[in-house]
Amino acid sequence: MQYTDTQIKELENKAKQIRRLIIQMLAQAGSGHPGGSLSATDLITALYFSVLRHNPKDPEWPDRDRFHMSKGHCCPLWYAVLAETGYFSKDKLLTLRKMGSMLQGHPDRRTPGVDAASGSLGQGLSVALGMGLAAKIDKRDYRIYVLLGDGEIQEGNVWEAAMACSHYKCDNLCAILDYNGFQIDGKIKDIMNLEPVVAKWQAFGWHTIEIDGHNMEQILSAYAETKTIKGKPSIIIAHTIKGKGVSFMENVVDFHGRAPTKEEAEKALKELE
Amino acid sequence: MVEQLYQRDIYGKTLIELGKQNKDIVVLDADLSSSTRTGFFAKEFPERFFNFGVAEQNMMATAAGLASCGKTVFVSTFAIFATGRAWDQVRNSICYNNFNIKIVASHAGLSVGPDGASHQALEDIALMRVIPNMNIIIPCDGPQTRDAVMAAAHTAGPFYIRLSRPKVPTIENKGDFKLGKAQVLTQGEGVTIIACGIMVSEALAAVKNLLEKGVKARLINIHTIRPLDSQTVLKAARETRGIVVCEEHMVIGGLSSAVDEIVAENHPIKVVRLGIKNRFGQSGEPADLMKEYNLTSADIEKAVLAIVS
Repeated sequence: MQYTDTQIKELENKAKQIRRLIIQMLAQAGSGHPGGSLSATDLITALYFSVLRHNPKDPEWPDRDRFHMSKGHCCPLWYAVLAETGYFSKDKLLTLRKMGSMLQGHPDRRTPGVDAASGSLGQGLSVALGMGLAAKIDKRDYRIYVLLGDGEIQEGNVWEAAMACSHYKCDNLCAILDYNGFQIDGKIKDIMNLEPVVAKWQAFGWHTIEIDGHNMEQILSAYAETKTIKGKPSIIIAHTIKGKGVSFMENVVDFHGRAPTKEEAEKALKELE
Repeated sequence: MVEQLYQRDIYGKTLIELGKQNKDIVVLDADLSSSTRTGFFAKEFPERFFNFGVAEQNMMATAAGLASCGKTVFVSTFAIFATGRAWDQVRNSICYNNFNIKIVASHAGLSVGPDGASHQALEDIALMRVIPNMNIIIPCDGPQTRDAVMAAAHTAGPFYIRLSRPKVPTIENKGDFKLGKAQVLTQGEGVTIIACGIMVSEALAAVKNLLEKGVKARLINIHTIRPLDSQTVLKAARETRGIVVCEEHMVIGGLSSAVDEIVAENHPIKVVRLGIKNRFGQSGEPADLMKEYNLTSADIEKAVLAIVS
């Protein structure tokens, strides 16, 4: 499928705006997870602005496509996208992680647009499977998208779910793997190697698409391809850069779970102008 | 002859009843559908039944996804796996979301019998009782199993229902079932016996023997562990000299603890806990195991007499 340069440019600008919001929220919160939020920004921006069938004014619409963020610690990205698409006002974003806020440190159903909590890793693919089975029972044609972290798929629950999604032929389900190569303690390949990751998903009966997770054209093509796959679930294995978009955060494991200081945030926002 | 029923049979039949009434009832199992009797539902409504194989964690979190789309989900496996193996999924994906998910677990307690310690859940009530939003029912017999399942189906939020493996005798004249309301089965002034599940019939036998010895014991069936009927417990604490709590579970964290907490905070009196004390179970016939772990009517009688004398 071909996309116009204007379309691509618009999405890239949106992604830049989302990255700015992430930096602002985290600097204000004083804690949180920038690295994995920035690595998945292009994937989730494209999803919400060009792929997902949804209505921010009616978050409970039964026929809406579902999105679930299984790697819940990257919720600043989710919240920024939800606010930017109109689920709630953007000034709420600065309440992230504060007492009484609807924007909890990890996703919670009190946020409009969040259907299920996450945060304890490894459960989100199962949650997405449940949504997929419900669609089949009700004969509805909505699709389910779920974002997985690369460190996250070390959890055994993920592979139980991977087996079941394929057993139940959930072709209405698309997983997105944010493969940035880092986890809290260091490089994935040093801590607990995932390779050969594409072969693993294929062996579990999945349709796999490997892309550059920062290339909008490849991202849009991948989402379009998953809609054509019948009889099996799809996974987009997206090679990404942890901390993408902010030079001093890129591939720096320290920024997995550390918020930028005020000075760092200013520097980052300059780069994202 | 006292009627003896498998609680699991009643559960399976009740599921079919519910499935006919409500198209949003969905049932999940993890390779134990013939033992838990969810197989009855599977046969009747195959499009609304999902088997997950030996993968309880995935089953629990998948239930959450189904519930987020408006389904009332019944999830079954053995108590040991439902509460232990998948505890984090029950906490984070089910209870934190306050979803409409009913975990109906069979094969709880020592009465699993010959399978032994690995399969005898003696900690499940404790594990479920500490999670916010969770309701807990332990029906004492076959008919009460139907009441429990119906109540769970018609009440929003997560439930844990604990069932036994062997047949259990039906208790007559219990009165109506009301969620969260204990049933006073016999009146008495001397001592109160509080029991749940299969211990209710043991306690009833003890009450009859005690009556022959001139001791009138009050027997309370606490079928709902959460929310607990604290009023009925406190009334007993005020009106009788002591309480004997009987449960087929560790004395820590279950019914005994729940009763202790209420009594200690409001009206401290003597509470004797009959349950499993810091031991695992073991293989054996249920009746022999109940003897070994001091959970027979004779043990209850002894505990009551110790308080009275």
